[in-house]
This record gives sequence, C-alpha cells and structure tokens, in this order.
Amino acid sequence: MKAKKKIYLYTRFERFWHWVQSLLIFLLLLTGFEVHGTFTLFGFQKAVEYHNYLGLTWIILFIFIVFWVLTTGEWRQYIPTTKKLFEVIGYYSSGIFKGLPHPVQKSKEAKHNPLQRLTYLGLTAVLLTLQMGTGLLYWLYNDWAIWNLTFLDLRLLAIIHLACAFAILAFVIIHVYMTTTGHTLTSHIAAMFSGWEEVEEGEVADWEVQKKN
Amino acid sequence: MHKLVRRGAFWSVLLLWPMVALAATEEAPGRQLARQTVKNDAVKWITADHSQHPILKQRFEKPEDVTKACLSCHNQASLQIHKTIHWTWKDPSDPKGETGKGGLSVNNFCISVGSNEPRCTSCHIGYGWKDKNFDFTRAESVDCLVCHEQTGTYKKFPTKAGYPVTNATMFEGKTEFLPPDYNAVAQSVGRPGRNNCGTCHFYGGGGDGVKHGDLDSSMAMPNKQLDVHMGTDGQNFDCSRCHTTDAHNIAGRIYATPASADRKSLLENDLTPKIMCESCHGANPHKTNQKANDHTDKVACQSCHIPTFARVNPTKMRWDWSTAGDKGREVKKDEFGKPDYDAKKGDFVWGKNEVPHYEWFNGAIKGTTAKDVIDPSAPVRMSWPIGDAKDPNARIFPFKVHTGKTPYDKVRKTMVIPKLFGPKGSGAYWAEFDWNKAIAAGQEYNGLPYSGEYDFVETQYVFPITHMVAPKDQAVRCVECHAKAGRLSNLEGFYMPGRDSVGLLDMGGWALVGASLLGVALHGLGRFLSSVGRRRE
Repeated sequence: MKAKKKIYLYTRFERFWHWVQSLLIFLLLLTGFEVHGTFTLFGFQKAVEYHNYLGLTWIILFIFIVFWVLTTGEWRQYIPTTKKLFEVIGYYSSGIFKGLPHPVQKSKEAKHNPLQRLTYLGLTAVLLTLQMGTGLLYWLYNDWAIWNLTFLDLRLLAIIHLACAFAILAFVIIHVYMTTTGHTLTSHIAAMFSGWEEVEEGEVADWEVQKKN
Repeated sequence: MHKLVRRGAFWSVLLLWPMVALAATEEAPGRQLARQTVKNDAVKWITADHSQHPILKQRFEKPEDVTKACLSCHNQASLQIHKTIHWTWKDPSDPKGETGKGGLSVNNFCISVGSNEPRCTSCHIGYGWKDKNFDFTRAESVDCLVCHEQTGTYKKFPTKAGYPVTNATMFEGKTEFLPPDYNAVAQSVGRPGRNNCGTCHFYGGGGDGVKHGDLDSSMAMPNKQLDVHMGTDGQNFDCSRCHTTDAHNIAGRIYATPASADRKSLLENDLTPKIMCESCHGANPHKTNQKANDHTDKVACQSCHIPTFARVNPTKMRWDWSTAGDKGREVKKDEFGKPDYDAKKGDFVWGKNEVPHYEWFNGAIKGTTAKDVIDPSAPVRMSWPIGDAKDPNARIFPFKVHTGKTPYDKVRKTMVIPKLFGPKGSGAYWAEFDWNKAIAAGQEYNGLPYSGEYDFVETQYVFPITHMVAPKDQAVRCVECHAKAGRLSNLEGFYMPGRDSVGLLDMGGWALVGASLLGVALHGLGRFLSSVGRRRE
C-alpha cells in the first residue's frame, strides 16, 4: 500500500458552484419532468414558474462558472487527451474489480483523469450549454417575433431540450455512483465538501499538467 | 410594452432577482376607463320623458299605430332598422342573400324559417312576417316596443308572425298571453335592457336556453358568479354595454363576419365597438401573471374565463329528429326536469355545467344552406368555426356543439327544409307527422328541388361561448389544458408543453435512464463481490 497524503483540490468557489449547480439540476429535472407531464408534484403552473426561475438562475451561475474557469486558467484542466484514456476505461471496466490502483493520479494541477476531462468538457461545452440554450429560447417563445427567431420550431426545441434532460439525468446517476469509487465510498464526496482529497503518494506525469506559457 | 418588460426581465434577473416580480405589477390598461364609464348614471343623457308625450297618450288600435307615433319624431329609425340584420335576417356579406335565417341557412334545431314563418317570426322585430310576401320596406311594420319597452308586459304571441294578441289567449294550454296596454308600454320606452334582448336571445330555438348555452333566462338577473360583468351584485352591465350600437346596428358577429375586425382597446381607439374583451382589458390584462398574458395572442379570454356554460339553467345538447312521430311514447323528465322526448320533435339531451369544445376561431363561422352539398358519411358540420393554428387572426375559442340527427335529401345530398308548422292539409309535420309531405312542402315553398327520398344524418352546430364569464378565481387552470388528456387534446398544428411528446423519445430516454441505473447497480455489485473475494484470499 502506498502512503496517502491530503491535497487541496477544490477551491471554495468550485465547491460552491458544484453544489449549487447540482441542486439546480436536481430541481430543474424535477420541475421539468412535471411540465413534461411525467408526474404531478407542484402543479403545472408552479412547476413552470419554478422551472423558469431555476433555469435563469442556472444560466447566471453558469456565466460566473465560465468566467472563473477562463480567468483562473483552470480551463486547461479540461483540454481533452487520449493518453491513458483507455487505461482509465480499462480500470473502471476490469481493474477496479481486481483491486488494482487507479492508473492516473490526482493532483492540484491535474484534478481530472482523461476520462473525466472528456466527460466534463462534453458536458459543459455541449450538453449543459445546449440545455441552457434551448431552455432560454423556449422561455423566450412569446418574444420570438421581436428577436427575429420565428424560424425556430417549438416542437423541435422541446425535443432537444427533453433529450438533453434525459442525458443529464443519466449523467447524474453515473456521476453519483462514480463518487463511490474513491479509496473509501465517501472520500470523493467528502472532498467535494471540504476541498481536501486524500490521494496516494506519487508523481504526476508531465503530460498531465498543462504548462502555463 | 409587456414584451419590453420580459426583455428587460432577463437582464434584470441577471442583475437583481426580485426586479422581475416588481416589473410585472402594473394596472391592465383600460380597466380604469371601463370602471369610470360604468359608474356614470345613464339618466344623465336622457332629455325626454316619454310618458309626457301627448302622441303616446292616444288610443292605439294596433301595434303599427305605436310605431307610427314613434316614427313621427324618430324619423330615421325605421330606415336604419330596415338595413340591420335584426330586420332582414340575412347575412349582408352574402351577395346571393342565401345566408341567414331569412335565407336558406339550416340548423339542427327547427332547421329553417321558410314555410314556418308565423311560428319563427314571433322573434322578428316586426309585425306580420307570416310568409314570403312580407313587405320588408314598410315603415310601420317595425316593432319598436319589443326592444325598447321597459314594463316587461309586452309579449309577442309565439305563432302570430310577430304580433301580440288582441284578446287573452292561451298558448299550448299553459301560458296565457294578454293584449298589451299600448299606452303603458309605449310611454315606458328606454334604452334596451337585458330583458329586451333576452325576450328572443334567451329563448332561441323555442325555449329557455335551448340554443346558446351561454344565454338563457338566468342571464336576466345574474349574480357575479354567473357573469362577472352583468352580475347585479357587481358591475351590473346590460347587453349594450359591450354590444355597442351604431344606427341601430348592434355590434356582434354576423355569420362569417367577425364581431370586430381587429382587437383594439379603447386606449388605442376610443370609438371602437366595445364588443371584444380587449376593448376594455387590452391584450395584457393579467396584472401579475405574465405567462397568462403570453397566451392572449393564441388563446381567447373566453377559453380560460368561462370554465363551463349553462351553469344555472340547462341547455339543449342534442336533438334527434329521427325518432319523432311516436305519439304513444311516454315522455320522461330528465335530471333537470326537462322532457326527454316530444312526438313532434324527437329525442332531446339536455346538459348543465357543460365543458366547452375548443376550436381555432378567427371570428368567422361557416354555415350551411339547403343548397350546399353535404357528405352524409361523416357528421355534417352545419356550422363550424373557421381558423387553424397557422391563421394569425385565429385563437383557441370555446364552443357549445349541439349535435343531432337531422333530415336530408338522400339522393341530392343536401340538407332539407321541412315544413313543420301549419294547419292540417298544408303538409306540416307537426300537423300530419309525414316527413315526405313535410319536406316536399318546405322545399317547394323555398324553391328547392326534392328527390322524394329522405333520411336522417348526424349533424353538429356550434355556438361561440362568450357570455357567463366567471370570476377570475374560477378561471380554467393551466393543467386542464397542459395535460395528456386535457381540454385541448383535440387541437392540432402546434406543440403544447404537458400535452405533447414524442413517444419514441420518451421510451428511449427512460431506457437510457434505466440502463444507467442497471449499469451502476451491476458495477457496484461486481465491486462488492470482488472485494469480498479478495478479502477471503
């Protein structure tokens, strides 16, 4: 067994953004699927009102997130790579059952493994952006004429918005499950609260760290 | 302007959350104006006391003499009346003159006027329209009293072509009609009140609440619960508050002509007819509910604010002529105390608290005349609203749909006009109970051919529901339409949240979610079992 050390992985703003965003996504899924007619909880009218306010709040938070990621240079953490990608996939599909160590170490400079980089980049740049974009257009439906958006089709927009919602729900399920794959079941979640993650001692490979230039 | 509020809303949400709520609280335009108008006492504008006119103290022999007396001062009145649809019973927009009660239009109640005049024209604002030879240009044939008298004692006899009785007469052995005291009624005249209009419009189809569904005798003295504008415990509007009048032309829809060409508020044009809700309420009437205002371009006010019609008195929902003629059949009273059958007329179904049927409606209704070719393989829409989701002037609007089985010409595929009312020997169905004779007589009278073969076809006839506006706390809730099986489940051509979905996407989506759950469950189980195995080692 290698020695463990604690490193400060997630800053206060990252933790704030993560938990607020998770709460917003949870409530948006809840109210969104009610609007879709999947179940009745708040009542259609309230569900629509909540969904609109939650969605706008999310967009505002997202703007701050993007601003933070850009200005702190943390965007480098999301540059995709295929290096060790298949080792990570191999770890989660077989190594983890054999008790093998994770092939990629976490560090302050490389907090995401290659699979996470791809996932989070896709999530943030494509899925969440698409969801917020379609949501915003949906919300603006009655003003399409003013904004010269009448070429849009509400049905198509709703289909994309719903498809994204399903994808986000699937992501949430897998994401929550993956938090249990740390060296204890709750160590990843604990780190997301405290900012400190316990990792195994070891060197971070050069390729993982994007040098500031 | 409210669009600007929303446009601003996004940016203000960016800056300051509570701004959105504040921006939406403002008074709906026109409400204040409307309130002030209602507060004014009508007496202010009245400069004549008709009880003091010597000409109205003369001895009147017949009702036409009253009209002559009226016209001696109001010398343009009959000329104005003669041009109105209340007089001609014909759609002025139809150059052929075939559309209208006075033309060849048909419905699934008593079907058509021609050959049945003396019975139908008890609701004509004239005297003596007993057959097609009636002189529509005669000044003294205009009945001023039915619209203007205020005693409530002036009654036109149901079968006397618009005349009151000259001696006390029983109608159908139930109701006694008395000759009017012409001096009293003539001296009482004033602007038409609810009972004047209601004399005919509450009883269309030959009885209380038969036709409209949103107009019956309960609207003579409604409370606010039944009609928030006309309620005597509230604003106490009479009909002409909204049905404004221009040279005796009363604002309202006329067949394919919408009640108003555009939906303008009095703030935009203070001479506009007040016939539309928007005239007073504007296009953004909801003070705090912007989402409701967002609906006003596509959903008529009536759709949400008249949750059900016939809320006090029942209305006729179905009339099956095909079963008429069984004089031996026992007539039962339904739950509302209305007869379910009449040997002269067939089977009836009455309804109360009826949920409207919703259709796209641009203000025009297409009717059917006895000349139009019909398709008997499907229910015949004898009248039906015009409009669809793509029509910029169309909005979703509530209707009463009156269904029935109505006679038609099997060979020529047209609706027919049977002679219903008349003496024995005239062919009238209500005297001889022979459809072939009745149809032949009616068609011939109207100058229409008849093949000699008839049958009954399923028919539908619509009435726009626009009265009986309920207090706002009783408005239809969002979820009553935004639901899989809601009020608007029949409407097509647009996507509606809560109602519409793509089955394949839902299936695929839930399959993805299910697969994710199953995947992580199996993965977790695998980790658990393998770690137990490793520990044993």
